[in-house]
Amino acid sequence: MKTLRDVRIGEKARVVKIHGQGNIRRRVMDMGITKNVEIFVRKVAPLGDPIEVNLRGYELSLRKDDCEIIEVS
Amino acid sequence: MTARSLKLADHLLSINLPLMSITIAVAGNPNSGKTTLFNALTGSNQYVGNWPGVTVEKKEGELIGHPGVVLVDLPGIYSLSTNSLEEELARDYLLESNPDAIINIVDGTNLERNLYLTTQLAELGIPMVLAINMMDEVEKSGIKMDSSALGKAFGVPVVKISALRETQIGELASLAVKAAQKKGHMLPTHRFSGGVEHALGHIEEVALHDHSEHKQRWYAVKLFERNELVETELGLSEELKEHIQQDIRQIELEYDDDSDSIIAAERYDFITEVLERVTVRKKAGELSPSDRIDRIVTNRWLALPIFAAIMFIVYYVSVNTVGASMTDWTNDKLFGQILLPAISGKLAEWGVAGWLQGLLVDGILAGVGSVLSFLPQMVVLFLFLGLLEFSGYMARVAFIMDRMFRKFGLSGKSFIPMLIGSGCSVPAIMAARTIENEHDRRMTVITTSFIPCGAKLPVIAMIAGAFFGGKGWVAFGAYFLGIAAVVISGIILKKTALFQGEAAPFVMELPAYRWPSLKSILITTWDRVSSFARKASTIILLASIVIWFTTYFGWVDGNFQMLQSGQIDHSILAGFGNAIAWIFRPLGWGEWRPVVAALSGLIAKETVVSSFGIFYGFSEVAEGGQAMWTSLQAAFSSLSATSFLIFVLLSAPCVATISSIRREMNNPWWTLFAVGYMTTVGYSVALMVFQLGTWLRSGAFTWWTGISLGLLGVVLWLLFRRKPSTSSRLKRANAGVRE
Repeated sequence: MKTLRDVRIGEKARVVKIHGQGNIRRRVMDMGITKNVEIFVRKVAPLGDPIEVNLRGYELSLRKDDCEIIEVS
Repeated sequence: MTARSLKLADHLLSINLPLMSITIAVAGNPNSGKTTLFNALTGSNQYVGNWPGVTVEKKEGELIGHPGVVLVDLPGIYSLSTNSLEEELARDYLLESNPDAIINIVDGTNLERNLYLTTQLAELGIPMVLAINMMDEVEKSGIKMDSSALGKAFGVPVVKISALRETQIGELASLAVKAAQKKGHMLPTHRFSGGVEHALGHIEEVALHDHSEHKQRWYAVKLFERNELVETELGLSEELKEHIQQDIRQIELEYDDDSDSIIAAERYDFITEVLERVTVRKKAGELSPSDRIDRIVTNRWLALPIFAAIMFIVYYVSVNTVGASMTDWTNDKLFGQILLPAISGKLAEWGVAGWLQGLLVDGILAGVGSVLSFLPQMVVLFLFLGLLEFSGYMARVAFIMDRMFRKFGLSGKSFIPMLIGSGCSVPAIMAARTIENEHDRRMTVITTSFIPCGAKLPVIAMIAGAFFGGKGWVAFGAYFLGIAAVVISGIILKKTALFQGEAAPFVMELPAYRWPSLKSILITTWDRVSSFARKASTIILLASIVIWFTTYFGWVDGNFQMLQSGQIDHSILAGFGNAIAWIFRPLGWGEWRPVVAALSGLIAKETVVSSFGIFYGFSEVAEGGQAMWTSLQAAFSSLSATSFLIFVLLSAPCVATISSIRREMNNPWWTLFAVGYMTTVGYSVALMVFQLGTWLRSGAFTWWTGISLGLLGVVLWLLFRRKPSTSSRLKRANAGVRE
């Protein structure tokens, strides 16, 4: 399964499904990471984590561990 | 209707209903300009408090031009799904306090995500007005928007505003008051796709038919999302629950997704569809100014140097230059040379009783004055913090530092309190307010004062001078000790039940850079500084009186009296010190003088030095205390001096800091825990250093050596034990992935 963690910087991906449970799953969806949305991975923080992505016209930062619940294609 | 006739109509309405009180809630995403709007709508008629029991700010104010209309500023939230404390507060407030209307402010440059909350708010049934903010920016970027079509889609009136420039603010206020005065309800107009609508309709029919119509949609959606709280609240029978479950499962099969993600996705799909209809973009794909700034500011290689430079400026200006010189001025000049002599002169002139003079001058003025002298420094610092917050850089601080700080239970934003803490813990602890997550905030408040503040430097200098030839490594060691205490405490506390519970997800918006509104920065700074001055000065006033009384009164030859200078060993404080000296014997300095000196550090840490001065009979002690090095060398060994220094550095901070901990925790038990924890850490580390040091030096293994070794073992165990429900999120996430 390909997740958002596997998407390289400067590439785009389309969300297939949100896995996981509880707060993090809810939070990710509330911030607009839902089925079929396109996410652009913009950059990684200077210390290697978290990453910055662009979706729905705004910038969002996520930890790499949390990216693993976001299945993309 | 023109703006003027609208206002007139409004005016007539308010004449007809003069006594009706109206409450309007202001809701919106963080960074949507909500604070700026609230300030524009209420001006200076604000009351800042806390939501009951938690450390989240609650602001209320009277709407300008509409007497009797109260505006409640809800915390900035992205959704009503209660995955954070702020969302829970906002949701509970909206559902339980029944405001008459909601002003929903959305960022016009970021409508897609902002309108998500709007779809949820619309389901609550409370009349709502939509304020599209930052319209000046929207228009500048060439986007055209049909606001009436947008309003129609959501079933609410829409006003295009700029909170910063205060355009259309009056219209917004009038519309909101008008909506509220109807005391009616609204029904959401947005619809989900066929299958979901069908299921929601069915749920409304079987489970919610005896609830009022405007509440049904909210509950139906929650039931569809399998929200257990709502299921319990409604008291549904098992049979009914199972019936609803069948509906939900069928839809999930049909859509090949979970019910909660279906709802979230459909809300966004609805918004995308509406926006495509009502907005026209001129240019696309061009980098905005904000993007261009961010390319440099959070660039992989430049981010850290830029960060270091900004932090250096904040620190240098607020702690070193402006802050320090203003603090020194208030402390030495205003209080020391102008106020104190003038007041004591007047008091003497009036023939005021000696004890009363002492109380006023040595007790209250000296005590409260030393705290108030921090105010200028705090003003400078909070102006900076406001600038960082409102410009959008604070989110980048968290982005840059997150990886380092999250390892020990702190947030990337904890960096700023820690940095400021090397100047003074009081503003540092208040700076923790910018941390959204409550666990991270508490952890930061508890650990910040481990960092040696400016007032601890004289103590470090005194010990370093008297015992270690004034070597620089003592000061370095003190900072190292402070940082180690922060890191180790973070790791240990993170694993305790107090900080257990689901880890807060770090899914954080990086808002576009903006010129901050000066008005908002000034109002925020004023709120923070004045609340400190008000709340802190009450506790500090009391503490100053108690400490003054116990220092200057005592029994001489069986008579209770006010003491002459040089009789301090007869004071109540000395008596108390004597009584508890045994506690500090294992630390190597179980005599009343060092004990009382350490206790006097509660007033302010630099007092430790002047206390020694008084005890050893030196009236004036220069910084570093050279005059009494010989007396100190007689009282301490280098090892017990080290243990003394460690205790002073790590244990309970000064009263001013404790009162700001109390202020920020908004809870007596957490305050007690914080102070107790620090004192325990200070005592334990001092004990281990002294006892293990003695053992290594003399080779004599005593009882206390054993206890210290045991203590060290406990610390190591706490440090390296597995977290009881370790990495639960990842495990669950993986489990979810595998299914």
